[in-house]
Amino acid sequence: MKYLDEYRDAGVAKGIAQAIRARVTQPWVLMEICGGQTHTIMRYGLDEMLPPEIELVHGPGCPVCVAPLEIIDKALAIAARPGVIFVSYGDMLRVPGSHSDLFRVKAAGGDVRIAYSPMDAVKLARENPSRQVVFFGIGFETTAPANAMSVWQARREGLKNFSLLAAHVLVPPAMRAILASPVNRVQGLIAPGHVCTVVGTREYEDLSRDFHLPIVIGGFEPVDLLEAIRMLAVQLEEGRAEVENQYARSVSREGNLPAQTILQQVYEVSDQKWRGIGAIPMSGYKLRPEFAEYDAELVYGTEEISAQEPQECISALVLQGLKKPVDCAAFGSLCTPERPLGAPMVSSEGVCAAYYAYRRRVPEAVA
Amino acid sequence: MCLAVPGKVLESYEVGPSRIAKVEFGGVTRQVYLDFVPEAEVGDYVLVHVGFAIGKIDAAEAKRTYELLEEMGAVLEAEEEQP
Repeated sequence: MKYLDEYRDAGVAKGIAQAIRARVTQPWVLMEICGGQTHTIMRYGLDEMLPPEIELVHGPGCPVCVAPLEIIDKALAIAARPGVIFVSYGDMLRVPGSHSDLFRVKAAGGDVRIAYSPMDAVKLARENPSRQVVFFGIGFETTAPANAMSVWQARREGLKNFSLLAAHVLVPPAMRAILASPVNRVQGLIAPGHVCTVVGTREYEDLSRDFHLPIVIGGFEPVDLLEAIRMLAVQLEEGRAEVENQYARSVSREGNLPAQTILQQVYEVSDQKWRGIGAIPMSGYKLRPEFAEYDAELVYGTEEISAQEPQECISALVLQGLKKPVDCAAFGSLCTPERPLGAPMVSSEGVCAAYYAYRRRVPEAVA
Repeated sequence: MCLAVPGKVLESYEVGPSRIAKVEFGGVTRQVYLDFVPEAEVGDYVLVHVGFAIGKIDAAEAKRTYELLEEMGAVLEAEEEQP
């Protein structure tokens, strides 16, 4: 496929890896934020093409993984109610709540359905006027506009049986929390290309300046990621700390203005809990008061539900780049994709799932 | 979750207030909302995420950066061929 296949070319990838080896003179720790990028790195063994000086640590960019336990418990409480059609992205169904998961609620008779797009949930509400349809809208800045459009569309159509259970998280505040930590090791950052496609690159300019941190906006294919790593290595070796855009075929400095407009119209920035990490001020979105009738938390009175995070899962440290999945005593034994202790082992973007899938065999060759 | 795939706009049409496109991904076509990329035209490549186009691929930018990357690969090949 155009714009995908050429970025998996083995010759080009080897050329970039060679250029990285030629440029690096000392150890550097780089973080990719996005779980999709983590999976590309592990799937193609990109970390093994790099010189030993470059260490990659993996960031918190998996919305399923950072969704706090209590939002799962809220989802379970709503999904179990009679008359409700609970609609979710597929990744969320096996994520363990305190006592159950959405699959088990479905098995016990709950009407839980998987959707590819939030607009599928709006369609269900239109077609089932006697039922209440609740969409579980999780996601980073990439997904938030689409989730917002579902609410916007429901209001435009006058639907009274649609609501959104929202768990939206924002990348820059989480990165600030990680970078400001006294145990932070990250010296260069691969910023998430699809988040930046929506919001642009300005917030990353602030981040780079405030932490004197080189940042490269990176794409998602092997060649994209190797090139982003090369650009970071050059900045670090030269002592520069700037924002550069490797993913310019998709990302502009301004980002997507119509998507930003719908975000501002439907949401306000709010404090948000992150699984394992805790509350981070102004790191999420919630629906504006004028959309209260579409806010599932208010409609179903789940605001008071809270939960204790399990102790045996070290995902908080993994999601901050302080530990690797293989450092966890439960990895691959007590915790597997079939019986996960924490969300990073469940999600198709989870870092533990990536190590479980790809680090136990020879990585796929770059095409 | 932030997975987004580039596809080619084959046609577009209006459904109520929304503009919707038929977009092809390697032989498979899907319906995609164009609310966030209203300027997309037939033949353009758009980046699609959860049923919405979130951006248009800049063909000139893609060509320019890829040529630079290919050069790096070509340099390596030339080096490897040297005795």
